[in-house]
Amino acid sequence: MAVIVERRYSTVIHPLHAVLLAGTVPLFLGAALSDAAYARTYEIQWNNFASWLIVGGLAFAGMALVLAIIDLCRADRRAAGIVLYAVALLTTWVVGFFNALMHARDAWASMPTGLVLSAIVVVLACVATWFGFCTPRIGGTK
Amino acid sequence: MKRFRLPAIAGLSLVLSACGGNPEPLQYGPNPQLPQPHHGLLPNMTIAEPAEWGDQQPTVPQGYAIRAIATDMKIPRQTLLLPNGDILVAEGRGGGAPTLKPKDVIAGHIKAKGTSPVGGGNRLTLLRDADGDGVYEVRTVFAENLNAPYGLALVDGNLYVANQDALVRFEYRDGETQASSPPVTIADLPSAINHHWTKALAASADGQFLFVGIGSNSNITERGMTAEVDRAMVWRVDARTGAHKPYATGLRNPTALAIQPGTDQLWAVVNERDEIGPNLVPDYLTAVREGGFYGWPYSYWGQNVDTRVRPQDPDKVASAITPDYSLGSHVATLGVAFSTPTMGQKFAEGVFVGEHGSWNRADPVGYKVVFVPFRDGRPVGAPVDFVSGFRGSDGKTRGRPVGVTVDPRGALIIADDLSNTIWRVTPDPKP
Repeated sequence: MAVIVERRYSTVIHPLHAVLLAGTVPLFLGAALSDAAYARTYEIQWNNFASWLIVGGLAFAGMALVLAIIDLCRADRRAAGIVLYAVALLTTWVVGFFNALMHARDAWASMPTGLVLSAIVVVLACVATWFGFCTPRIGGTK
Repeated sequence: MKRFRLPAIAGLSLVLSACGGNPEPLQYGPNPQLPQPHHGLLPNMTIAEPAEWGDQQPTVPQGYAIRAIATDMKIPRQTLLLPNGDILVAEGRGGGAPTLKPKDVIAGHIKAKGTSPVGGGNRLTLLRDADGDGVYEVRTVFAENLNAPYGLALVDGNLYVANQDALVRFEYRDGETQASSPPVTIADLPSAINHHWTKALAASADGQFLFVGIGSNSNITERGMTAEVDRAMVWRVDARTGAHKPYATGLRNPTALAIQPGTDQLWAVVNERDEIGPNLVPDYLTAVREGGFYGWPYSYWGQNVDTRVRPQDPDKVASAITPDYSLGSHVATLGVAFSTPTMGQKFAEGVFVGEHGSWNRADPVGYKVVFVPFRDGRPVGAPVDFVSGFRGSDGKTRGRPVGVTVDPRGALIIADDLSNTIWRVTPDPKP
């Protein structure tokens, strides 16, 4: 009697992918905290910091999104949770992009909506990062 | 407090609604219609698409002729008529405010497409028509190595030049084609950052004082309140000592100044703020009251509060003066000159205003020189197009008017900083 052994294995997220994904959290968090500081002090420099931190967060999230899509396309790295992760990351990026446009407004015109959006983006980035790290890349046969 | 809203949908719908065929509100005169401010997510922008004049020329009213009296200038901005009929042209490009936000990187690149690629001359050029035939056959560099010269004034043999960082004085003797000595600095002018770098200039009727227009260091305080010290105001400088005092404040960008002939009254054209909609805030012409506050940044057109400014200042808003005469939002008024009867009956009493043209508006406005008629020393009625056609019906822009100067012999001199041309408009002697 022949025994068929299916070779399955689990790998972790690629280190580069991990750095990019995890990096979105402090960048977007920094933006939200800067917004809060601007709202408290009216010191415009916090508004400038927030604008650039959002751009940094978008750059990291964008590159992580590309890697997530690559994972989705590879049979040996696709797992059930990957789709959820990719959707969470895409949502983070889209809301983050609107937040960047909001922050392009001059002075207080970016507020208070900018602060609210920044907070939402932080939560989304945390969710995406959670899913990204929790989802094993369970491949089929190589 | 501003209403919360879902910015994505609201912003997009605002951008889209701006493209609709809503009738344009009445925007000229003492009581312009002011719509509610819009805060779109993406600014409405239509940037001038430069093209060569070729065989074309700007359009002038019937009975007038226009001629290019100098071409290939290096960013001509303001001009000055000298007593012997010579014309001095200030050429330069100032500014250089650092980019601060990601938006500045993008916007700076886009807006540069609508301007001349030529480097600023940082000089004064003299043009002379010795035989009075309308051809300015002599052209010399009167002075060079200046720092973005803009405002010009002549009082009793003293030629005052407002560089972007200092007010300087040349000695001038009638007939000179070149400065005989280096300039003497009268007063340093606020020049840190220099977001709005142009320094407008006018001399009081008695020549004792010089009025200097100093623009704000931001659109609406987005470079911080500390950057606005000594900005958005007109200084009165003692011509002898260089001592200065703020003469009027809250003038966002007073780009040209003029003294009303026969009076001591100072007038200014002022560029107002952007990014709250295509029909806000009107650029204006106003008599400048000593000690007056004209709103920027806290309010516009009198007491309309600008919610983008924090902290707000209700006391300042309450004291804000409403300007005299709106010329329309985003037209970018950069030149003003009082007319004389030699300009022809229809244009005898009033001011000419050079409008550089809009960027923060889907449907471009400005790009022309208008005449605002005066009666009893005050503006009345609608502005009349005097020179137009800078932006053609093909959507291409061939010129952008800046400074305007009236030649008392009967001519209007216009500096055009896109085609780098000096235009001269005269009542046509031919029928």
